[in-house]
Formats: sequence, structure tokens, C-alpha cells
Amino acid sequence: MTENSTATEKQIVCFHCGDICKDNSIYIENKYFCCNSCKVVYEILQNNNLCEYYSFESHPGITPNLYQKNKYAFLDDESTIKQILEFSEGNLNVVTFKLPQIHCSSCIWLLENLSKLDKGVIMSRVNFLEKKLSLRFDSNVTTLRKVVELLDSLGYEPILNLESIEKKIQKSRKRTLFLKLGIAGFSFGNIMLLSFPEYLGLNRITENFLGNFFGYLNLFLALPVFFYSASDYFSSAFKGLRNKVVNIDVPLSLGITTGFLKSVYDVVFMHGAGYFDSITGLIFFLLVGKIFQNKTYSLLDFENSYKAYFPLAVSILKNGEETTIPITKLKPGNRVLIRNGEVVPADSILFKGEAFIDYSFVTGESTPITKLIGEIIYAGGRQKGEAIEVEIIKEVSQSYLAQLWNNDLTQEKRFKSEMNKITNFLGKYFTWIVFLVAISASIYWGFKDSSKIFDVLTAVLIIACPCVIALSIPFTFGNLMRIFGRNSFYLKNSEVIEQLSKITTIVFDKTGTLTQELNSHIEFIGEPLSNYELSLVKSLVRNSTHPLSRKLFSFLRKFETFPVNNFTELMGDGIQANFDGTFVKIGSYKFVIGKEKSNINDKLKTGAQVWVSINNNIRGYFLISDKLRDGFIDTLEELKLNYKIHLLSGDVPHQKDFFTKLIGKAENIYFEQKPDQKFRYINNLQKKGEKVLMIGDGLNDAGALMVSDVGISISDDITNFSPSCDAILDGNSFNNLARFLKLSKQSVKIILLSFLFSLMYNIIGLSFAVQGILSPLVAALLMPASSISTVLYCILSTNLIAKKQKLKL
Amino acid sequence: MEIILVLIFFSIIIAGSFLLAFFWAVRNGQFDDQYTPSVRMLFEDKENLVVKPEKNKSNNIH
Repeated sequence: MTENSTATEKQIVCFHCGDICKDNSIYIENKYFCCNSCKVVYEILQNNNLCEYYSFESHPGITPNLYQKNKYAFLDDESTIKQILEFSEGNLNVVTFKLPQIHCSSCIWLLENLSKLDKGVIMSRVNFLEKKLSLRFDSNVTTLRKVVELLDSLGYEPILNLESIEKKIQKSRKRTLFLKLGIAGFSFGNIMLLSFPEYLGLNRITENFLGNFFGYLNLFLALPVFFYSASDYFSSAFKGLRNKVVNIDVPLSLGITTGFLKSVYDVVFMHGAGYFDSITGLIFFLLVGKIFQNKTYSLLDFENSYKAYFPLAVSILKNGEETTIPITKLKPGNRVLIRNGEVVPADSILFKGEAFIDYSFVTGESTPITKLIGEIIYAGGRQKGEAIEVEIIKEVSQSYLAQLWNNDLTQEKRFKSEMNKITNFLGKYFTWIVFLVAISASIYWGFKDSSKIFDVLTAVLIIACPCVIALSIPFTFGNLMRIFGRNSFYLKNSEVIEQLSKITTIVFDKTGTLTQELNSHIEFIGEPLSNYELSLVKSLVRNSTHPLSRKLFSFLRKFETFPVNNFTELMGDGIQANFDGTFVKIGSYKFVIGKEKSNINDKLKTGAQVWVSINNNIRGYFLISDKLRDGFIDTLEELKLNYKIHLLSGDVPHQKDFFTKLIGKAENIYFEQKPDQKFRYINNLQKKGEKVLMIGDGLNDAGALMVSDVGISISDDITNFSPSCDAILDGNSFNNLARFLKLSKQSVKIILLSFLFSLMYNIIGLSFAVQGILSPLVAALLMPASSISTVLYCILSTNLIAKKQKLKL
Repeated sequence: MEIILVLIFFSIIIAGSFLLAFFWAVRNGQFDDQYTPSVRMLFEDKENLVVKPEKNKSNNIH
């Protein structure tokens, strides 16, 4: 082929966005741009003295998409505005947008200087990690629509979909956790300090009232820790017991409560200083672990419903006039205009135009479908081609797509994973052992010295508090989750790691997951075609809407086109035409050659074949195949060693042989699977006792992702829509999948090892406790020593295993 | 030795005021975003931007 001549030329890079320019035709003052949009942004910034934008990072810009004039017309609608605004009083309006394009410090600078571009903007603030922009604007000077259009023209297109307005921002939970930690830290430090006289044995020498004074002061300081900071553990233990589950919080709460009550008793009846220092310290460390574990990815959305896939508003036609209405107001009978690239919002009937619907995200079919006037178009399809008119037949919430979501499923799954958690297994074990030790020690002392029973019983309960386990889990999983995040694998929460470690079966989706549709690979096999002949092919396919023709057309975009004569298209077979005496035929083997294909050997060459004959002289065929994700074959080989692999595809089985050869077992490969079939398939696997990991990408996998033990949604742009799932994997990190699974398994081993630690500390502690000589000093030494060593052990060992797998730390 | 009561009283008051300051900071949203302020403080405030562009234009005539 003759396509590789341009690669060696010196490349000009766009001053704004850093993309490679096709030529040097667009420039201002020695600054070159890849397209007019980039140039326009530069001009806007230059005219407003905002070129400092380019000084923080080189090529910080984002190429804005050209948008239609009326794209944001729905933002003139009062009720829509009300839904989007967070706060509005008089002329002052507050609004928060999610801008996934925010990526560098220049972005922050530009967005925070928005008031220089629009005088109506009073203040703008960026939250970089959450990729959010909150704005205050004066509605007398500007409008919401103008602000959004300004953002879009700069390349920052806000996410405005049905779900974004329905979700309210939750900040208070995170803040409460910080408050709890602050109080616990404050009290812990002060109690430690005030306990020093006790540790050093000073108060026996000095006056007695001083000891009392310190005791009451400690009691006073411990009150907020016990009642406020530790409240989550109590409520969790209570919830567990009510569901008849002995989780780890049960022995934890038992230890904390006993310790607190015993200390209050000691102080009030002047027996000593109590264990306030140990208890507050324990709660402090536990809360640190909780914050560490709860560090989630606020940028990503794991609970997406179909609503996030739909636009906020659609264009409808009323009496021949186009108006925009919010999608929530869409009623059956409305006539909707759908332009190229837009999503069909509800089940509808095609009324006018040529529909060419891409369902790849909804059903997994890789090739778009032609629909004729009068046919039903299901919601979720994306129109490719000219604008069409459809009539809505069902409300948005009742469409086929919306019914794929079933919330009961996620609930059930959550409950199941709760039951199987490692913490709960350990919690049960721990509680029984503790009771056993406590009871036998009490019986022993009952015979020997019954006055000591109470002391021994409380001491055992306090010292046996499973703080090592309660700390090792959040720190191990939390740190691993951080490492995964650094390697573009984002988990919903740290419990997913535990689920991952138990996986026995992996189910893949094909379209979009294993293959990247945009990236099809085309090559010509046979007698090479001259440039002129390629131009003829291009001219011919230009007239056809068949998906393969379109792929060929874009593949041959560099060649000339000629006018065609006697063009005929046989639907699904092929096309033929005359060019100044040259007769060209393109299509299936049968169409071009005139007989059925006999040899099936070459079928392993995956993909669709488009045969070409020129003047009835067969020249060969174009092989058009979906490109496999990079590194897939290696990853698969690695995974095959430890897991059963299945493949479920919504696509037609034209690559079946290829995948059978790759995966090895024909009975594990199914094509033309509908969303509910996928869902049932996984459910059946689970009934056979398998722990299933589902890896998918589209809405058609949504049910399967929800029902599987772990659902991973794969995405090439993680800020894009992905169906609700347990984890999001960046497509570029796909080849690390086997390592992620391995690490999850190892991390559970790390936690089990920390069990030994816990056993060691508990044996030391219990040996004091059962003898009735556990002084507050011993407890105060043992507790921080075990906590800190556990934290260090967990973090260092997870870092070590990640390093061994050559992952970024 | 009673002096220690007075000292502890003051130390608790001071420590408590720091705790209150921490409460205020959390409620004020200072812990909501732990990254952007570190970038924001490096930007220079320029109130009088009007003078600069004329200079630029005269330099760029070819």
C-alpha cells in the first residue's frame, strides 16, 4: 500500500492543544494551530489578556467540538435552569458543573479567571480532584446558557445529563469523619499527657487529690470520643447483631465499652486511672484507618443508571417548528429531531429520514443497523448520518433500556458480599475465643480469689479487643486500592479487593471490551491495486451506506473520487459500477466470484472479507477486522492458567472460530446474547458455585455487571459514561489485569499473616490479664505498639508485592 | 503544687481553642479539596493587565 510517505516530514504541533497539525495553513504570529476551533480559543484568550494560560503548561488546551447553534437552547427553559442551579436568590446564582476535561494547572487558572471573559461571572472555583467547577453569576448580566456556551467554546463541555441534576452532592459524611478523627486525636494526646504522673508512679508520692483530679479530667476528655467518635463502630456492631452476623465490630465495641465502663468505675471509686489512654488511642488509630480506606475516587461514578447516558433535553418539532424541551417532559406522541451522533431518548418509530442506528453500546452489536420508515427504534441507539425524525411511543422511564436496570439486584449482591467478608469470619472466631478465655479465667479465679473475678473479666475483654485485625484490613486494602488507582484501575471501595481474591471464573464481553471498534484493522490481500484502482474502489463505496463500505471509505480517504455510472447495490451482497469503461465489483465472495466459497481454511484470518474484481478480473479482498485490545493475548494466556474463561458477545458470530482458538473451549463462547441472557448466564455460573468476574463496557452488560461477584467496566476514557459496576479499568491498563488479580489474592494472605501478629500480642496481653495484673501502663504500652507495627507491616508489605509485579507505587 | 491545677486549666483551654479552630476549618470546607489550593497559590494576581498588550503588539510586527 502507498500510505506511509508522510510520516517522515517534520511535524508541526498545535500551539493550543499539542496535537499534530495536518499542514501549516492555520496560524497567527508564528503560532500554528491544528484546527480553527483551537485558533478561536487562542484569539479569545489573547483578546482578553489571558495568554498566561499557556505559561503554566505547554499546549494545555483542549480542542473544542463544534456544536450546533441550538445545542444549549434547553438552558433557556426556566424549569431546567431551576433543576441545574444549586442556589438562587435575586440575581445571584450558584451552579456546579462537572468538567472532565480539567487536566492541568492551566485549566485551573483559566477557569478561575472566567470573570474576565464573562462580566456576569462573579466568582469561579475549581476542585481539581473532583473535576468540578463551581460558579457564581449575576443573572442580570449573563445567563446560564451563555456561561455554558462559553465553557463549551473553550473546550470544557460540562456534563449535563439526566442523572447529574438528580444527584445531590454529599459532602457532610467526609467532614464528619474528619471531625471525629480530630476529637479522638485531641483527647488521645491530652489523656496520654495527663496520664504521665500515673505512668511514672508519681501520684502515690504527692497528694492523693491530684490523682483524682487527673482521673476526672481524663474521664471528661474521653466522653466525646466514646459517644461521638466511636459511634460508627457501635451502630455497625448493633446492625450486624440484628442481622445475626457477628462482624468484627462486635468484639471491638465490646472491648471499647468494657474498657470505658471499667475506667469510669476505677476513677469514681478511686481504684486507679483506668484505661482511657488505650481506648482513645485505639479509636484514633481505627479512624485513621477508616479515612485511609475511604479514599475513594469522587471523580468517577460507580452507580450510574441509564439516566447518565441520556441528554438533558431534546429537540422536538411542534407544528413544523423546532423547540427544545427537557427530556423529563417528553411524552408519547412527541416528534423528536435526532441529529448525527445523538442518542434516541425513548422507544420510538422512525418517521422521516434514513436511520442508521449504532446499538453497540446497548446490545454489543458492532455494526450499525439500517432502519426504514415505520420501524421501531429502541432507546439508547445512536444515529449515524443525516438528521431523522422519530415519534415517541413510550416514556423514557418505560423504555426497553430503562428496564435493564433492576435495583433489587444490587441490594442482594451487597448483602451477599457482607455475609462473606473476611472481617466477619475473623470477628466470629475472635468473639468465641475471647468469651472462652474470659469464662475460664473467671472460673479459675472464682475458686482462688473471688474478689478478682471482675478485674480479670474486664481485663480480658479489653486486651482481647481485635485492634490488629481491625487495623490490618483497612490499611492493606486501602493501600492496595491506592496502588491500583495509580495504575488506572479504580475500585468502588476496598471491599472489592476481597471479592477479587475469590474469583474463579472470568467472563468477557467482546465488543468494546476485547475489541476496539474505532480501531478496525484493514489490509488488502491479493494482487496489489494501483492508486487509480484504489480511487475507483473509493468512488464506488462512497455511494453505499453499508458499514463495511463506510469503513473502507474512511480507510481510503486520501484517494480521489470519480463519478460513477450504472451504480447498482444488491442489499447485503455488494455493489458494482462502470467508470469510463472499467467495470468494478465489490462485495461478498459469492457476489464477486459467482459461486459459494469452498475452502474454509482461511476463516481463521479473523474479520470480514470484501472481495474486489476489476473488469471481471478477481484481484483479492480487503480484510476488515476489529482490532484486539493491546496485550489481550498475553493477558489471556496468563489468566487461563488460573481461571476459567468465558466469552459472551451480543455481536454476530463472524469471529467465532478465532475466539474459540484463543480461549480454547467452544462451550464457553456464546454469541448473539441479549442483555438478559448474559445476566442469566452469569447467574447460572454462580449457582454452580463459581465466583464470577464480569468484564464489560456497554449498557448491554449492565445487568451482568450488577449480578456478577465483581463487575469491571472497561473504558478508554474513564470520565465517560460507564454502566454501574464495582470497578473501572482504563483500557490502557488492560494488560495489568492478571497482576491486579494476583495482588488481590496476595493481599488477603497479608491480612491472614497479620493474624499471627494479633495472636502474639494477645497472648502477651492475655497472660497479664488472666493473672489479674494488667495495669493501665501495660495496656497503654501494648496498644500503640501493636497498632503502629500493624500499620507499618501492612503498608510495607503491600508496597513490596506491588513492586514485585512492577506496578507503579 | 496547686499551681499545676491552674497550669492544666490553661493548657486545656489553649488546646481546646485549637480544636475549635479545627472544627471551624472542617466546616468551612478546607478539607474538601486538598489539591487545588496548592496550585492556586502559585498564580500571580494581576490587577493592572491593561498596560501589557500594547507592548506585545509593537514587538510582534514583522
